[in-house]
Amino acid sequence: MSEDPNIIAFCCHYCAFTAADLAGTMRQQYPVNVRIVRLPCTGRAEINMVLQAFVDGADGVLVAGCEPGSCHFIQGNLRAVKRVGQTKKLLIEAGIDPERVEMRHIAASQGPLFAQVSREFTEKIRQLNEEKRMAPTVAVAQGETT
Amino acid sequence: MSVTTLKSGSMLERVLVSGKFAVTSELGPPKSADVETIKEKAACLKGVCDAVNITDNQTAIVRMSSIAAGVLAMREGLEPVIQITCRDRNRLAIQADVLGAYALGIRNILCLSGDHQRFGNHPTSKNVFDMDSIQLVNVLKRMRDDKVFACGDEIRNSKKAPLVAPEIFIGAAANPFGDPFPFCVTRLGKKMRAGADFVQTQCIYDMDRFRRWMEMVRDRGLHEQIYILAGVTPLKSLRMAEHMRDNVAGLSVPDHLIERMKSAADPKEEGEKIAVEQMQELRDIPGVAGIHIMAIEAEKSVAGLAEKAGLLPRPIVD
Amino acid sequence: MIVAERKPFDEIFANAGKHHKVLLLGCGTCVTVCMAGGQKETGVLASQLRLASREKGVDLEVTEHTITRQCDAEFFDDTTSRLVEESDAVISMGCGVGVQFCSDRYPNKTVYPALNTEFFGATLEQGVWTERCAGCGQCIVDKFGGICPVARCSKSLLNGPCGGSADGRCEINPDVDCAWQKIYDHMETLGRVDELEEIQPLKDWSHNRDGGPRTVRKEDVRL
Repeated sequence: MSEDPNIIAFCCHYCAFTAADLAGTMRQQYPVNVRIVRLPCTGRAEINMVLQAFVDGADGVLVAGCEPGSCHFIQGNLRAVKRVGQTKKLLIEAGIDPERVEMRHIAASQGPLFAQVSREFTEKIRQLNEEKRMAPTVAVAQGETT
Repeated sequence: MSVTTLKSGSMLERVLVSGKFAVTSELGPPKSADVETIKEKAACLKGVCDAVNITDNQTAIVRMSSIAAGVLAMREGLEPVIQITCRDRNRLAIQADVLGAYALGIRNILCLSGDHQRFGNHPTSKNVFDMDSIQLVNVLKRMRDDKVFACGDEIRNSKKAPLVAPEIFIGAAANPFGDPFPFCVTRLGKKMRAGADFVQTQCIYDMDRFRRWMEMVRDRGLHEQIYILAGVTPLKSLRMAEHMRDNVAGLSVPDHLIERMKSAADPKEEGEKIAVEQMQELRDIPGVAGIHIMAIEAEKSVAGLAEKAGLLPRPIVD
Repeated sequence: MIVAERKPFDEIFANAGKHHKVLLLGCGTCVTVCMAGGQKETGVLASQLRLASREKGVDLEVTEHTITRQCDAEFFDDTTSRLVEESDAVISMGCGVGVQFCSDRYPNKTVYPALNTEFFGATLEQGVWTERCAGCGQCIVDKFGGICPVARCSKSLLNGPCGGSADGRCEINPDVDCAWQKIYDHMETLGRVDELEEIQPLKDWSHNRDGGPRTVRKEDVRL
């Protein structure tokens, strides 16, 4: 088993962050390597915040916002969806697997879902790290850069 | 009619001035330096029309220059109408070519904006559009009537040398179906005032709309000041009819023609039949001075069409 | 404003990879407004370059810096000059003007463009910019209902539409408006359609770039 990947989760204060809190209160287990950055809304998650996380050593970035239609700021979560899409393109250009960034919608009441998403995402990133370790010279997203 | 009143003396001009119904056609230069094709196409058109348009890098695809192909066609006994587009040359090049064309015996020139190069085989090229087709018409008129270049200099070798200006019968295109519709007639009027002697129209399928356009033309009295040659292109197949309807800007093919093409046993024959009917109909519209038969890459069919439409033999006008 | 678009990443990365230390220089004016080369976009490109160089094992150090305008000498302050001097090369996020101005200013440094400069345009809506002026040097839009046929007609026709105008669209692309349809409609609204009967003479292109590179001098403000 390879070591725990570094995961940054940009979480909206009104939903996913509360869900994370709830997960803790409910004694739900989720990986300790998931480090949460609280945002007032995922609409605050600018593209370069995500890229910067990778530059600073993150293996994966999770952006967790409200469900469509439930954004406290009307459509900040929908903007986040678009930005994550664009971020994936930029990561491909830089030779990084776009699967390393993911947008999820988690409501404030869904503590168990937060824990589950964290586990699944961590597992996915762990596998990507493993694949990369096995074939270090092959750019994961090769062929997609053009 | 005395020759001295003519502007160019071309056969096309003489036929039109004499009040006879004119027939012109089209010859597309080869996409190579091949001369034989021109000879073959010319043989099909000889004696069938009064003059033949020689296209200028039509649809922005490189072909033999219209002047060179026109001279070759002339050697085969045709009278060329050289097309000049504004897309590929600036005012220096075009005026130089007009002098050269005239010196080589060319007497008719048709001025066009030109299809955008995006559609051709050099979509990455730079276009020119130094002037538009109406300005080009006016440049030719000033060269002919005022014997000056666009800059105002006289067309002579030196101050003491004689003026030797190109005497050209000036043509332009007219689109009775373009948008904005009311502007189509305005544009014809502008071409007339700029100096066009004749226009050839876009091919006509929608006879009702063309009649409306001709009414507007007659209301303005334009038909008395410019010769209007109505364009006809025989449909070869249902696919062609649908393509013309759907993909050619400003061209409407009415449903009843589509129906006829659809139900025809021999669509090619039906298309020619339609063309003949159209020519006969167009001939009776007041203000239409002639027919321009555009049989795209089907020069062979022109003689038959003209024959069936009762346009042959062509008159000889001195 | 001048509207630009970022070049493909591979092209920028290939240039950056020729050096060990590059300065990514953003511009705070036009290209900030069209979201191509402002501070934010500089940050994004810097991150991408850092990630790509790490990923591909290229030894590259990227510094970011954005100045108010790359087309004005006064904004190239001491900090900027120091950062330039400390770098092996500069990647300018300015328009073509900025790239050249920067290159002139630091003759011992290679300056690479990070953007393709497109046109003089306006913001149609957030994220959409469109060409409005061709900088021909002799504005005549008043004759055409405030719509420029030089910049907005695909063939720069001054006397009316070509045969390719259909349903208000240009023949080159159904997404492009026919400038002449717009001119006609606007002149109709203004009750000035009859003015379009006037034959526009040959345009004097000598004020355009065809007359050679242009310079404007306003004597009363020169020092």
